[in-house]
Amino acid sequence: MTTDNHSDRELAVRATGLVKQFGDQRAVDGIDLEVHRGEVYGVLGPNGAGKTTMLRMLATLLHIDAGQAEIFGHDVRVEPHAVRRLLGVTGQYASVDENLTATENLWLFARLQGMSRTNARSRGAELLEQFDLTEAATKPISAFSGGMRRRLDLAASLLTRPPLIFLDEPTTGLDPRTRGQMWETIRDLVRSGCTVLLTTQYLDEADQLADRIAVIDRGRKVAEGTADQLKSSVGQSTLQLQVADPADLQTVADEVRRLIGEEAVPSPEARRVNVPLTRTDQSIDVLVALRDRGVAIESVTVQKPSLDEVFLALTGHDTQDHTQDQPASDETAGTDDPELMEASR
Amino acid sequence: MSTLTVTDPADIVIPPRVSLADTVSQTLTLAWRATMKMRRSMEVMFDVTIQPLIFTGMFAYIFGGAVSGDVKSYLPLIITGLIGQTVLTACVATGVQLRTDMDTGVFDRFKVLPIARIAPLAGPMVADLLRYFIASVLTFAVGIAIGYRPGGGVIGVAGAVLLAMLAGWSLAWIFTYFGILGRNAQAVQGISLLVMFPLTFLSNAFVPTDTMPGPLRAFAEVNPVSLVITAIRDLANDGAVTGNVGWALLGCAVVIAIFAPLSVRAFNRKM
Repeated sequence: MTTDNHSDRELAVRATGLVKQFGDQRAVDGIDLEVHRGEVYGVLGPNGAGKTTMLRMLATLLHIDAGQAEIFGHDVRVEPHAVRRLLGVTGQYASVDENLTATENLWLFARLQGMSRTNARSRGAELLEQFDLTEAATKPISAFSGGMRRRLDLAASLLTRPPLIFLDEPTTGLDPRTRGQMWETIRDLVRSGCTVLLTTQYLDEADQLADRIAVIDRGRKVAEGTADQLKSSVGQSTLQLQVADPADLQTVADEVRRLIGEEAVPSPEARRVNVPLTRTDQSIDVLVALRDRGVAIESVTVQKPSLDEVFLALTGHDTQDHTQDQPASDETAGTDDPELMEASR
Repeated sequence: MSTLTVTDPADIVIPPRVSLADTVSQTLTLAWRATMKMRRSMEVMFDVTIQPLIFTGMFAYIFGGAVSGDVKSYLPLIITGLIGQTVLTACVATGVQLRTDMDTGVFDRFKVLPIARIAPLAGPMVADLLRYFIASVLTFAVGIAIGYRPGGGVIGVAGAVLLAMLAGWSLAWIFTYFGILGRNAQAVQGISLLVMFPLTFLSNAFVPTDTMPGPLRAFAEVNPVSLVITAIRDLANDGAVTGNVGWALLGCAVVIAIFAPLSVRAFNRKM
């Protein structure tokens, strides 16, 4: 809490050695985090990695078992009230009241935060307009689509224009179009000078939004950097080929080695080969060369690295067996609500 | 993007704690939310409407002859007793409702707002004053319909209703505490009924305590429910503000002093 220290004031979030223990399991196991002002910081990891638990600790919703956390220089444990004043939280958990309409929800949260009746009404109407919810303002929340619901959640967090926003998996469960709209909204938020800390399971989401990304696995930070840095650690993309004749697999491997100096990874039973690429256009060289050698190709795909691949490269295991050996208990800790389970799946 | 402009953290004034005036205003705002909820799901009103209608007639006619010789002379005892019993039942629902509510995401948002920690608990309880009001007025109404003539007159009855509401709000803290501790609504309901039955039956609600064996009688006489019912009887039947009213208020204060801090602490730890 050295508020006179200049470098501290430049940090929106500073955490050192954060630990959360649930029974004999460490959901968060010594995470350090520094989020600069005006930055979008993405926390990337599969279900059960400890992302939500970490966010809940920073948001004063969960007790910090060990380590230290500060929000704009205010110690989360010592001054939770100050932290709550500076923070907007939107996520799988902090949501809106299903028994009220959109207008009533915004009114409720505005009044709770000390806005006058007039201000609460006008600010609510303003946000509904901004988030394209004016038409649905008096409808019951149960009639809302997933995207509308998320937008209202976010609007409710922005009533007091907080300088820091936590977004916990803002687009999980949304269809691609709605996800795109949500991304636009988040970008607007950032343009207005807001600092954003977001968690996500999707590499492309972190890629689209975040200035810096931390990869979290089993409660630990396993990597940190820009999206480009993370992706280059696994190669830019993968060329997947299916040949008509398994006998051609050897030819493919030879050509790949000759042209781009990489080892193709064959799976003979499916007549398939995976080729790691550093540049996507290398796939053309490979395909042209194979046509010249007379190799008959049945299908071709070029894929960007997925979170699974980034994970495999960073941790040596993929996201799938991770969720199996570590049940989703930490993401839904303290609740038996099936809806929350659903949302975090 | 005027709507999304951000406040500079340095410009935000942060009072070290929530003032009493803000706490009251936040509590009332959350009480408003609870009444909106009630209005949209009227079934939460069954325990304070249907139950007094049925129980009042049933208890009066079943026990009247055995306890007081005839139904009419039992009415001053049972109507006031039933008010205590119905309000206590309504308190159980307060705890169960809270548990159900806490399991929804909106409670996490309340927790992350810079508001008094007691407000999310006290708000719904203030709204429940309305339920206690309906329960006690209905019980009096049914009583009067079957021949009860409160000696305290309109003012005495009004005083009794007020006291019943206050008692309901105080005793509800017990069930609020269970509501916070319980794993789910069913568990809260179970524990609450286990507590509610001894509190109502080991009291002077249905029968005079003189025939009870020593230890039961000792408990029945200090049971806050008995204190409240005695005071309600003094107000409604005699129109007298007696020392018993003072004891009832003290009993309520003791319940609040124990269970309100326990509840707020448990609430802060949970979730």
